[in-house]
Amino acid sequence: MDYDRFLNSRIKNSKPSGIRKFFDIANEMDNVISLSIGEPDFKTPWHIRQKGIDSLEKGKTWYTPNRGLAQLREEICKYFERRFDVTYSPETDVLVTVGGSEAIDGALRCIAEEGDEILIPQPSFVCYEPLTSMAGATPVIIETKAENEFRLTPQELEEKITDKTKMLILPFPNNPTGGSMSKEDYEAIAPVIEKHNLLVLSDEIYAELSYGSKPVSFASIKGMKERTIVISGFSKSYAMTGWRLGYALGPKEIIAQMTKLHQYAIMSAPTTAQYAAIEALKNGDSDIEEMREQYDMRRRLIVDSFNAMGLSCFEPKGAFYVFPCIKSTGLSSEDFASKLLLSKRVAVVPGNAFGDCGEGFVRVSYSYSLSHIKEALKRIKEFISELENEKK
Amino acid sequence: MKNRLLELLQENCKYTEQELAILLNTTPDEVKRQIAYYEELGVICGYKALINWEKVPGSDVRALIELKVTPKRDKGFDEIAQRVMSFKEVEGVYLMAGDYDLAVFVNGHTIQDIAMFVAKRLSPLESVLSASTHFILTKYKSNMVDMQNLTSNNDERECVV
Repeated sequence: MDYDRFLNSRIKNSKPSGIRKFFDIANEMDNVISLSIGEPDFKTPWHIRQKGIDSLEKGKTWYTPNRGLAQLREEICKYFERRFDVTYSPETDVLVTVGGSEAIDGALRCIAEEGDEILIPQPSFVCYEPLTSMAGATPVIIETKAENEFRLTPQELEEKITDKTKMLILPFPNNPTGGSMSKEDYEAIAPVIEKHNLLVLSDEIYAELSYGSKPVSFASIKGMKERTIVISGFSKSYAMTGWRLGYALGPKEIIAQMTKLHQYAIMSAPTTAQYAAIEALKNGDSDIEEMREQYDMRRRLIVDSFNAMGLSCFEPKGAFYVFPCIKSTGLSSEDFASKLLLSKRVAVVPGNAFGDCGEGFVRVSYSYSLSHIKEALKRIKEFISELENEKK
Repeated sequence: MKNRLLELLQENCKYTEQELAILLNTTPDEVKRQIAYYEELGVICGYKALINWEKVPGSDVRALIELKVTPKRDKGFDEIAQRVMSFKEVEGVYLMAGDYDLAVFVNGHTIQDIAMFVAKRLSPLESVLSASTHFILTKYKSNMVDMQNLTSNNDERECVV
């Protein structure tokens, strides 16, 4: 049967994710040390899991309201005020979703139309570009640069704006670079956004994993709240990836449309996860603190080691990735990753999986134990010296 | 307040001063100074290998002896504890709250050795009222380490995108 003529071309023409490739090869090999996974190595803190179990024991097994449990929406708003100084109304400004991913997809589908241009800074997480295309709009890539620590500058933004530009995606703290926008960085781009009357989709899922300074929400920048949809969730900050729970915060007019889409496509986010998430927001601040400190130690070790090996690596201020430059080896990102995997059995992700401008870099995740990271770094160091000896 | 330096050393005492300095965002000299300080205070009591003797053929039998004792008027439990500690068969001594007073961990070549040690050396001590011997069958977790490798080390995380 010719399925081709039945399948939606927007979906068909989207490329599969490039992160998978090496993971799948690595999975078939023995004695592989991976630094390729993009989720916390911690388990969800026990008291949070316990509240999920309690809710099941009490038989809380029905749908929740479409927007999410009222108590959860209240806790999300309290949390946002406490951590980011931004006030939202639990009744109208919050939608609880199946992970941050659903919120990103929902927001794009509610905003993007054929002919619209959506600005996507890269390197960035692999979902924005295909989801924009699938929603019918045109993704326009802004290439951020290593010398700016992969932050978005007002000039880079201004250059890509046309009269078709509708929305900017802000993927900070960034997967895969670990780059992070400070309050000043955000304030620098805000006038450009205002001048061209753009909407912003700010994916702040890694905000709690900010090192050395308090995390900033783009919605807290003066004048930006009314044009910003904030995406966040529980996966990264509370190590709750498998619970599949995120949320969107934004102007009630936008959230209302996203809620309508969510109502028909999803109905409601998982009930058990929502009860657990209430506990996370009420009593989970110290868990975040502890995990952040653990990540921070690993981050310092890994950045220092890469620089000592001669793979230059700026100090990332967020998320749990470093993005060392491998250009000095003369290899492409893909060759570097595949040679490293075959000769030393260490798995990393080629930087170009996150956009063409990621070429010359690799993504290294530090959501692994210190002993695991130390072993991987030892092998990478051997790999680099062997490459240098080959050159001689 | 967490003490990250001690936590790291407890996890792996082979970290170099350089590595500890990077992990803790300080200088190797400062790490050296702090370690010397903790050694002097007796907070860091030693650096020994964690050995799983159960995996060494022909190794010792271990037991936990619960001792009920009479404390001395002016010395409390210290005197009898010191006496018990002095036997080379004794690996650890703890003062307990609850049904008995001293928990004593003992090593011996055979069950018979331990039984004889309790009967001939511990029980006859003046302050000892009773001794109850429990033989250790398996050490599951010790010093934060899973001694039987029961916990799966497999990374169950999947690459989803």
